[in-house]
Amino acid sequence: MTDRTAQPGRPAAAGLPEAAGADDGVRRDRQLQWLWRLLSFALVFAAWEVAGRIPISLAFPPFSETAVALVEMLFDGTLFAAYGETLRPLVVGLLLCGAMAVLFGVGMGLSETVEWFSLPIFIILQAAPMAAIIPLITFIYGIGFGAKVFAVMLMSAPIIVLNSYKGIRNTSPSLLEMSRSFMATRRQQIVKIILPHASGLIFAGLRLGAAAGVTGVVLAELLITPTGVGDLITYYRAVAEYPRMFASIASIIIFSSVTVTLLQRLEQTLFRPETRGPSGE
Amino acid sequence: MLNAVKTASEGEMPEMSQPIVEVRGIGKRYPGGVEALRDVSLDFPAGKLTTLLGPSGCGKTTLLKIIAGLIEPSSGEIYVKGKRTDGPGPERAFVFQDFALMPWATVLRNVAFGLELRGMPKRQREEIARRCIAEVNLAGFENRYPHELSGGMRQRVGLARALAVDADILMMDEPFASVDEQTRRKFQEDLLKLLEVEKKTVIFVTHSIEEAVYVSDQIVLLSPRPGTVSRIVRPALHRGGDVEELRRDKAYLDCVDEIWQVLKQYLA
Amino acid sequence: MTILGHRIPMMFSLLVWFALWEAIGRLDLVVLIPPFTDVIAAGVTMLPSKRFQDAIAISFSAFAIGMAFSVTTGVVLGVLMGRVKAIGELMGMWVNIFESSPLTAVIPVLMAVLGFGQATIITAVFLFSVWVIALDTQVGVKHVNPSLLEMGRSFGAGRFALYSKILIFAALPEILAGIRLGVIRGVKGVVIGQLLVAIIGVGELFELYSRNFLMEEFWALIVMLFAFAFAVSEAVGYVERRVAYYASTR
Repeated sequence: MTDRTAQPGRPAAAGLPEAAGADDGVRRDRQLQWLWRLLSFALVFAAWEVAGRIPISLAFPPFSETAVALVEMLFDGTLFAAYGETLRPLVVGLLLCGAMAVLFGVGMGLSETVEWFSLPIFIILQAAPMAAIIPLITFIYGIGFGAKVFAVMLMSAPIIVLNSYKGIRNTSPSLLEMSRSFMATRRQQIVKIILPHASGLIFAGLRLGAAAGVTGVVLAELLITPTGVGDLITYYRAVAEYPRMFASIASIIIFSSVTVTLLQRLEQTLFRPETRGPSGE
Repeated sequence: MLNAVKTASEGEMPEMSQPIVEVRGIGKRYPGGVEALRDVSLDFPAGKLTTLLGPSGCGKTTLLKIIAGLIEPSSGEIYVKGKRTDGPGPERAFVFQDFALMPWATVLRNVAFGLELRGMPKRQREEIARRCIAEVNLAGFENRYPHELSGGMRQRVGLARALAVDADILMMDEPFASVDEQTRRKFQEDLLKLLEVEKKTVIFVTHSIEEAVYVSDQIVLLSPRPGTVSRIVRPALHRGGDVEELRRDKAYLDCVDEIWQVLKQYLA
Repeated sequence: MTILGHRIPMMFSLLVWFALWEAIGRLDLVVLIPPFTDVIAAGVTMLPSKRFQDAIAISFSAFAIGMAFSVTTGVVLGVLMGRVKAIGELMGMWVNIFESSPLTAVIPVLMAVLGFGQATIITAVFLFSVWVIALDTQVGVKHVNPSLLEMGRSFGAGRFALYSKILIFAALPEILAGIRLGVIRGVKGVVIGQLLVAIIGVGELFELYSRNFLMEEFWALIVMLFAFAFAVSEAVGYVERRVAYYASTR
């Protein structure tokens, strides 16, 4: 998957201190960015309001009603309770799956035999609509916690594996050659060059896997067993309380955006010194 | 086999010491049929700077990497200090054209990397690394990261790393190709000053005639496709004088011109 | 992988997996997994049946229509976002948000507003795929070498010619990469949409098979879906590779 968060390599500072006045420029840019964001929010919410009042459909509430419902649900505890239920299988599934998938992907990258057996399967799995298997889960795991954990793992595994694999595989040949010229053993190469170099992509894979996992748990809640946030959506639709239904869905979008942004920030702080080349690029 | 050795101009012939690296009958053919090198035999005298010079496609980088043990030759042998070798060794250190610095490590760690791989304790290797960093005029940048440095500074890190392992033989693959012209000139001068102190054998690859004549004790001209030794030139320059005056020395300019006449024929 | 000195291409490892599947099925290790050959047999029987073909037709047409919309919208939006700063700033945030959000959650809204029919599925396909196409198009457009456009203007090219003869081609590798990802997401959109709607297309079939525990048919359908997703993404990938020859020297 193209990782659009990869920033183009930062131009190297010539070791000189930043020119005076550059700080002001950066602050102004940031202020401008927030202005654009505010404008963007305003436009979209205004359009939503209008669309809701036309109305497009009885089931399409305007922005104001949705916002009110969201705040209500926040303060009367419905949202917290729901997320508490949804997050548990999500976190458990991601922790279990994340560790195993990273190890497997790394193994694939390091061993040609493992790669030969696994790569075609995982390439297909990544393109495939894994969601189709979710209905089957009930037959093995019933409709409980285990089923939801399995759904999370099912959806997030392929992408974590493939990203870890790619991270290992994409190690710069120049760096490997350099380590060979200093007579590194294979083990030293793996630990000191390949793994650090791959850690960026591995983390990106975990981030993308987390997003996929959220899809898994939401689907499980909508298809298999109504709990947590999925239940909110289904329930409010059933009783035609559309503002609350929309608010629940909006909360999922907000939640996933915030989480992804945080993970991206974390990724950039942890791996910022790393450009994608042997820093000759 | 060895071609007749010619000097660039009359005057003192610099004394050539015992060869520390001997190349015998090296050939390299890639799968697919491309013959990069054919029957190359050379001696590299100890303590001197020998340059492999030629147009693109003459196999000079291939030859350098074979000597470094990073590429396997299809035929022939390499002898280092009299012993046959077929892989990298502690007596040889390589400086890469694209710097090959680990982007996630500080300058200090990068420079100490060769020693780290040997298992040297941290304090000891950092001490050596700091010394080498100072030698290449990068003192103060120990805790910076490669992406914070300019191209010229990154290459100095690569050089410091090669110096840190205290190898007898330094191999440099177009080390100044990725920096601007002014920095390049400064580097050449700095390299000469460094070698007066360090006394290593250097095998240098470049495609710049001026650079070759400026820094080298011995220049091996390679002709392309397949790479073979065409001539060996020993610029009879007066070293030990002003490093900057060298560029106006008549012997220097004559040598550059003579080499150009030879290499001109190889440009398609 | 080499056996007795012969390189075996990686694709053959799938045969090993199919053999494993067959073994698991024959040995009755997991009640859910019938032998691979039985699944193939079921698939072959299913193919000519009218119910199956209707379902596939519905699903495929929803996919095709949805993708047609999302590719055109996505590319146009991406070009606008890349070339017009205001649009890029205003839309950029939303495109990014939706590209990484679990849009599955939005499908119940579609069901409530658009009903339980094709409209919902087509919209689902559109929503799942349009964002990544727009984003990648934007990236491609932003990375176009300005010299190319200056060159075009210096030879008198008007705006339309600049966009259609230069810009699109210069950005094409990224656009195709985005379309390939969009196609994969589009297939997920059809499947998830129909799973939730459950009364049309393959969703209906899945419901039927799982309710009646027709595992051979179920897995046959899954295999077909997976093969379809893979085939479509590889088809786009093929076009991408055809274009790749100039990607690195732009």
